[in-house]
Parts: sequence; C-alpha cells; structure tokens
Amino acid sequence: MSNGEKYLLAAYLVFLALVLVYVVIMARRLGGMEDDLAELRRLAAERERAEDDREPEPVA
Amino acid sequence: MAGGIFAIQHLRTRDRSYDLKSYVAIHMSLILAVGALITGSIWARGFWGHWWLWDEPTLVSFLIVFLLYATYQPLRFSIEDPERQARYASVFAIVAGTFVPLNFMAVRMATEKTHPRTLTAGGMPAEVWTTFFVALVGVTLLFVTLWKYEMAAKHTRFELKSLRRRLTGDSGDPAPPTRSAAPQVTA
Repeated sequence: MSNGEKYLLAAYLVFLALVLVYVVIMARRLGGMEDDLAELRRLAAERERAEDDREPEPVA
Repeated sequence: MAGGIFAIQHLRTRDRSYDLKSYVAIHMSLILAVGALITGSIWARGFWGHWWLWDEPTLVSFLIVFLLYATYQPLRFSIEDPERQARYASVFAIVAGTFVPLNFMAVRMATEKTHPRTLTAGGMPAEVWTTFFVALVGVTLLFVTLWKYEMAAKHTRFELKSLRRRLTGDSGDPAPPTRSAAPQVTA
C-alpha cells in the first residue's frame, strides 16, 4: 500500500467514524424518547384507572 | 441551498415547520462539511503532500462558506423571541444559500492551482468521473436519510412534550421557556 493509499484509507475511516458517532448520538436520543414514551404510557394508564374508579354506580 | 429554499417557503407562508426543515438542513450540512474538511485534508496530505493549501481557491472558498454557515447557530441563539429568530434565520439562510452557487461560479473563474475543477470539461480525469458521481449520489442519499431521521426525531420530541402536557393536565409550559437555537415548533 502506497503512502497516498494509506491516507485515503484513513480518510474513509474518519468519515465512517463520524457517521458512526452521529448514529450513536441518534440512538441515545431515541432511547431517551422511548423512556419518555414509557412514562407517558404509565401516566395514561394511571389516569384511566383513576377515571374507572370515579365512575358512578349504575342506577338500578 | 436546501436550507435557503425552505427558508423562502418559511418567509412566504410563515409556516414554522419550514423553519425547522431549513434549520435541520443547515445543521446536517455543517456536520457533513466538517467531515469534508477533515477527510479532504487527510486525502490532500496523502496525494498532494499538504494538509491545506491557502492559495487554492476551491479549498479557501469552501472554508469561507463553511465559516459563514457556522455563524447560523450563534445567530439563532442570540435572538430570544422565537418568531424573530425564525425570520432572521430564514433571511440568513437565503443569503447564505445564494452564496453557494455564486461561490461555485467564482471558483471556476479563478486560476486553477492544485485542485482540479469538478463538473467542467477537462477538469477531472475520465477515470475519476464514475467514482465522483457514485460518491456524490451516496453522500446526497446519506444527507436526505439523516435529514429525514432528524426531522422525525424532532417531531416525535414535540409530540411527546405536547402529550406530556396533556396527560399531566398542565395547560401552560411546565418551566419558563429557555433560550434555544433550535426552532420550537408545536406539535
């Protein structure tokens, strides 16, 4: 491998590393959104339960 | 340039989603430009023997455009009012967007030093054309994919915020709005 080819390979590796770093950052953000979504699902379930408990008894 | 086109749409329609599209396009361009500067320098060291050539119009003009776009985020951050921030950022994006083709033409008028002129007859060796176009298509597709991903992520975050407000029964903002360079588009 010539000296120029070594630098070319290094350039490709740097580009790949940049894309990978970006993908990792996006994956972490996505993980955060999944956590938020799970919390919202829990809040929605709590609210539904509270509404069910408050429902008046049907009149006979 | 895509950022400039979205910015025109924003100023025409006052639709804040175009401001977000413009912001994300410029944000992605800056990331790819950092990649181009780093990998271009490494390549130049290998084949020209220099990391950077200050007398080469192609390189210096690219750096000028990069530095111009690098002021976009600080400009946004310096304006607190979201409406004014979006408007000024759109004007900036249009002016900077028109600078790109002007810069492309100016480089072709300048004297060629080391960097061959792309997309001109006799500029690049024939064997480089295929590699150049494959790389161009590849980077364009990467840009579009990352742009769409970033847009989807931002919309999802806005939706989540809005849902959280509705579920916690909070009609207003839970905390005083903090200054941000990113557009605040309501879901």
